[in-house]
Amino acid sequence: MSIFSKYEGLASALAAVTAGGGRNPFNVVIEKPISSTVGLIEGRETLLFGTNNYLGLSQSPAAIDAAVKAARAYGVGTTGSRIANGTQGLHRQLEERLCAFFRRQHCMVFSTGYQANLGTISALAGKDDYLLLDADSHASIYDGSRLGHAQVIRFRHNDADDLHKRLRRLDGTPGAKLVVVEGIYSMMGDVVPMAEFAAVKRETGAWLLADEAHSVGVMGEHGRGVAEADGVEADVDFVVGTFSKSLGTVGGYCVSNHAGLDLIRLCSRPYMFTASLPPEVIAATMAALDELENRPELRVRLMDNARRLHAGLQAAGLRTGPQASPVVSVILDEVPTAVAFWNRLLDLGVYVNLSLPPATPDQHPLLRTSVMATHTPEQIDRAVEIFATVAGEMGINRAA
Amino acid sequence: MSETVASVSALIVKTLLANPKVPRDINGSSKIVEDLAFDSLAVMNFVMEIEDTLDVSVPLDRLADIRTIDDLAACIVSLKQAS
Repeated sequence: MSIFSKYEGLASALAAVTAGGGRNPFNVVIEKPISSTVGLIEGRETLLFGTNNYLGLSQSPAAIDAAVKAARAYGVGTTGSRIANGTQGLHRQLEERLCAFFRRQHCMVFSTGYQANLGTISALAGKDDYLLLDADSHASIYDGSRLGHAQVIRFRHNDADDLHKRLRRLDGTPGAKLVVVEGIYSMMGDVVPMAEFAAVKRETGAWLLADEAHSVGVMGEHGRGVAEADGVEADVDFVVGTFSKSLGTVGGYCVSNHAGLDLIRLCSRPYMFTASLPPEVIAATMAALDELENRPELRVRLMDNARRLHAGLQAAGLRTGPQASPVVSVILDEVPTAVAFWNRLLDLGVYVNLSLPPATPDQHPLLRTSVMATHTPEQIDRAVEIFATVAGEMGINRAA
Repeated sequence: MSETVASVSALIVKTLLANPKVPRDINGSSKIVEDLAFDSLAVMNFVMEIEDTLDVSVPLDRLADIRTIDDLAACIVSLKQAS
């Protein structure tokens, strides 16, 4: 018996997706970025509508310049973990920079956003504690709950009343209760009603962790995310985020006003047992953070673009998520339709993400798009036109 | 009111049968993943429905040991008794 025999179902599912000569959607190669919004795929210039590069800063000249200078000055890697030989002056600078940006007293930087959730959640919620997770949480949150030893309870997506009910059931049980929500949910682009969750947290004495991976740089007057936009930053005990969305690099962080966060450095395995971020990434991240702060017009343009894409896709007769946010997903009914649609979009020069159940809410396949501040209105209109063409070809434009 | 494994199991079967995709011949010894063809997300969502009906929360780690409808019923009864 092969060690891979348990994956026979997976192999058949993949074979079904690629049947009839379709591409493997999980193996698309962007041969070369031409700009933040156009990449070379299969030798053709293709509009990028699935990169999470919300502000276009992966191609920021200032960040590139900072990375080059840092690599020349410090080398290209640290070859060590944060608690052993991998903490350099730049790591401290970045943590101080993030503290200043978020107006928080403490910060830990991780090597990826995934590890930031894994390392924070698994260490904060211990054996006798309870983790309360939104049902639509990202895989890194679920994986963090599995790496730790807390009891894990799901509540209905974006439903603060449902959370309240589940916390009430825990009345009188010992142990801390840590609630985890996301700012913007990555599959449908819907925004958390943070003020409602903050109210439940205040009333019940629970702790609140917000993963603002998709909302920092996107929401709030200063780009600090949904908690800032909703005026409830003081109620959020821990903010977790990533550099690999609006900041265009890689890495993750947790910021907090609780001094205890520094103890987590000594018990968070995803922080302790992996190599730290290399100097050029840290330098590029700090340069990107400068841009995020100094160019608020990027956020305005991003939301204008989000509304334009959301409205355009709806006008084309496609079903989308409820809110215009930088993640706009087209919801389809059947996986084969979604696969064919996605292939045809790429044929016609638009790259989006194909998201399949069970990684999506409600078992629906999604054509997930993400918008950038650097998309031009013409690029968005062109993408909408191609969506409409394919929907017409496939006979699925419902209301157009 | 105190639920028994049999009464909770019957309630779970009734809830499941409200879904037209579920096979009609299920009973307490039906296996949730194999016989109902539920994936991990479908199991968690279905358990959430039962939780609301019975006003109980089933921690996710408890689900790992549950194979059949009766297993789930026994787990819920023990959680109710503990609370």
